[in-house]
Amino acid sequence: MGSYFLRRLGQAALLLVVVSMIGFAILHLAPGGPLAQYAMHGNMSQEDLDRIAAQLGLDRPLPVQYADWFLRMLGGNWGTSYRDGQPVLHIIGAHLGATLELMLTATLAAMLLGCWIGILGAIRRYSVFDYLATIGAMVALSVPTFWFGLVAIFVFSVELGWLPAGNRETIGDGSLPDLLHHLIAPALVLALVETAIWSRFMRSSMLDVVGQDYIRTARAKGLPEWRVLSGHAFRNALLPMITVAGLQLPTLLGGALVTETVFTWPGMGRLFLDSIEYRDYPVVMGILMFSASLVLIGNLLADMLYAVADPRIRLG
Amino acid sequence: MDTLLEVENLAIRFRTAQGEAAAVSDVSFSLKRGETLAVVGESGSGKSVTSLALMRLLPKPPRCHVSGRIRLRGKDGALLDVLDLPEEAMRTVRGNNLAMVFQEPMTSLNPVRTIGAQITETIRLHRPMPPRAAEEEAARLLDLVGIPSPRQRLSAYPHQLSGGMRQRAMIAMALSCEPSVLIADEPTTALDVTIQAQILDLLRNLQQRTGMAVIFITHNLGVVAEIADRVMVMYSGRVVEQADVVPLFRTPLMPYTQGLLRSVPRLDLAGRRAGPLPAIRGNVPDPRRPPAGCAFHPRCDFFQPSRCDATPPTLDKTPDGREVRCLRWQDSLLMAGSGEALPPQRGPGAEPLA
Amino acid sequence: MSSTTESLPFTPEEAAPPRNTAWRRFRRHRLAMLGAAVIAVLVLGSVLGPFVIPYDETYIDILHRFAPPFAGPHVLGTDELGRDMLARLMMGGRISLAVAFTAMAISMVIGISVGAIAGYYGGVVGAALMRLVDAVLCFPTIFLLLALAALVQPGLGSITLLIAATAWMEVARIVEGQIRALRERDFAVAAEVLGASDRYIVFRELVPNAIAPIVVSATLNVAKAILLESYVSFLGYGIQPPVASWGNMLNNAQIYLTSAPWLAVMPGLFITLAVTSFNFLGDGLRDALDPRMDQP
Repeated sequence: MGSYFLRRLGQAALLLVVVSMIGFAILHLAPGGPLAQYAMHGNMSQEDLDRIAAQLGLDRPLPVQYADWFLRMLGGNWGTSYRDGQPVLHIIGAHLGATLELMLTATLAAMLLGCWIGILGAIRRYSVFDYLATIGAMVALSVPTFWFGLVAIFVFSVELGWLPAGNRETIGDGSLPDLLHHLIAPALVLALVETAIWSRFMRSSMLDVVGQDYIRTARAKGLPEWRVLSGHAFRNALLPMITVAGLQLPTLLGGALVTETVFTWPGMGRLFLDSIEYRDYPVVMGILMFSASLVLIGNLLADMLYAVADPRIRLG
Repeated sequence: MDTLLEVENLAIRFRTAQGEAAAVSDVSFSLKRGETLAVVGESGSGKSVTSLALMRLLPKPPRCHVSGRIRLRGKDGALLDVLDLPEEAMRTVRGNNLAMVFQEPMTSLNPVRTIGAQITETIRLHRPMPPRAAEEEAARLLDLVGIPSPRQRLSAYPHQLSGGMRQRAMIAMALSCEPSVLIADEPTTALDVTIQAQILDLLRNLQQRTGMAVIFITHNLGVVAEIADRVMVMYSGRVVEQADVVPLFRTPLMPYTQGLLRSVPRLDLAGRRAGPLPAIRGNVPDPRRPPAGCAFHPRCDFFQPSRCDATPPTLDKTPDGREVRCLRWQDSLLMAGSGEALPPQRGPGAEPLA
Repeated sequence: MSSTTESLPFTPEEAAPPRNTAWRRFRRHRLAMLGAAVIAVLVLGSVLGPFVIPYDETYIDILHRFAPPFAGPHVLGTDELGRDMLARLMMGGRISLAVAFTAMAISMVIGISVGAIAGYYGGVVGAALMRLVDAVLCFPTIFLLLALAALVQPGLGSITLLIAATAWMEVARIVEGQIRALRERDFAVAAEVLGASDRYIVFRELVPNAIAPIVVSATLNVAKAILLESYVSFLGYGIQPPVASWGNMLNNAQIYLTSAPWLAVMPGLFITLAVTSFNFLGDGLRDALDPRMDQP
């Protein structure tokens, strides 16, 4: 298993290099390149720009610039915000908590609900429930998240007045009940798509497992059906879900961005949009690279967790 | 000898998208203590479905209908009507009175649970005992089926064992509650020849020790000769011949059995046989559209027009107590008596095997 | 490698099942049929609708702002500038669907080319291309799309290109896998022996045999492109007003959520309807074209 981990780690490192190249390319393909942020300042002359370019090393060959940039990124120097001069990583860190809170809550809800729907759909295949769940998941995957957020605000805040229409807390309150109260609507909106994804994968995984020979063996032992399902089917069907959790991280992050926008949630997605608004390229690039790295690390962790959970890989 | 299992007029029908299919019709047999019954037939003949029906592991209606009567002698000596038992009572029968070993040892064990966990689960299900004791028992069973260093093997996962060892573990699991009847569905098909022989030896030994009855499902007549007391040949969901193993091999009465016997490679005929090993021509009929008359007639060398394709043959009893489903079995018997090989067109057919 | 494309003495075999069986399976898929019908209605409505209704989608009528739907001459009401909602939805549909179809076509061209090249040549080239695919997939699509959209002048063409640029990877993966498997099959080897050019083998022999998964992912890509367009336009970096798209119609809707909820409801419903239809259609096509899924 050690060699498996090393190989996987090597692949992830290689992927990180390719990811960083894409980021670097975006930075340089942009009109004006990395200088754009200075050029926008308005009161800068061409001499000033040239001086800055030389200062930043932009007159060097691109590969050298890339290596320099990549090493600085690895060292944690992601540049400073054009807006307030703060280090980019620091700003991202300040907004990460809110995003993680939203993503984890939504994922937890989606996992529980999605697995339940998926398992029930697989056990009662072709039942009315299965049919409705299948159609429901397909529709949920087709609803634009922001629009679903708007509808949720309209129903629960405007019409019913049950939930706040946005923000993470009431100014001056911030108690746990207040935080939870604010969390419900955005988490549920974000959980919609996630639930659909989890239920689809769980259903097909469960169907796959239920058709296996060892399930027939378990029944032939005389186990009651619920023990066949919980002891033999569920555990095995859950294994591929680890991979699913890793694979749909980009979807989750994208969904979080949109949800944060609708609910004015002070997270990374909101920060990303604000930074785009202000043309704060260092922060935009920082978040882009940060989210890609997060996905990469998430997938790596998922693969390793899978290897630990599956004795065929752990001991094979 | 007392009868452990009695099957009467078992019929199994499946509902498919293309219509009803009779997978098994009118199957009757009984099984005595210590006896081994081999059920022989090509794939699709209904032999595996029959065994799953005994365990009541077939899909529920409306997808599948099972009728007839299956009576099993319980451990307390009472007769149980398997098809009428409530599901809960059936669960105490499965694994306990009736146990099953499947064809694929690679896939029949749960890959993410240890061998020990899977065996102790069965033991404690039917014989409540503390986990420690169950573990001892599991180790004893692994030892019994000839797995070396059984205690260490308890914590092994299926993929860490070879195919033969896995099948031994499956057998240990099946034996864990001392079933009175063991159903072995092609247990050696997926294994290579030397391992096959070891597993057959093991089963024979265990049977002698425990006195359990074995239903051995196979398409391999070499294995049948090795292990069976009695043979039931199935074709297209029906019993076509049933006899003790020696008479069946000596004088097969049904042309299908004759064909099966001819397609077995035989060392004693090496060099004397001309041409390739004869196979039965044609294919197993579609159970949704069975041929009229005898189901075997389109493939039969003894086919008599307007007789075999018109009248469905009944399962007749021969004077020596065998059962055969063929309109011409008396002809077969006569020809066998006159020393003529059957069928005349094709090489030697029915010489004694051993 | 010869560069001549001569005709070969044999015809490529059909990997897809006979058309009539696939068609029969597809018709059995009721939701896919429904999806196809809804798509037909949406496309026809967007193309022909504006000629039929009496309102111009850009005509501002300050006297009739926020007219509610299903009351009065404006069937679906008017927006904050008194523009007819139905007219805007139809014109918005034209833009959204046109962008989605074009983006799909471009993403398919990129994806098929990358996948075919990677799958056919394999080795270093193939590995490099597929690592590129993996790397791009690490970026959450919306982040990538917004970052790129913020860097360029927003416009119909640029948005279409950007959506295509963020949606080609899955196709590349599918095609790469298919081509790698098909390449080993007899007819590709035969074509090679006969001296056909690489381009001929890839695009005349291999790609047509991978057509089933390509058609399915093309359908699903339209759904994805409609969604992506709506996201960027909603966030203000996509189609710019006064040109209407389903996404940018929702742009201002949040402000008027309390007073005029239909401004938010209508475009969202159309997006959901269109995306769901394409997803169902793709699902049905997958069932119909993939014979492995044909279980009794």
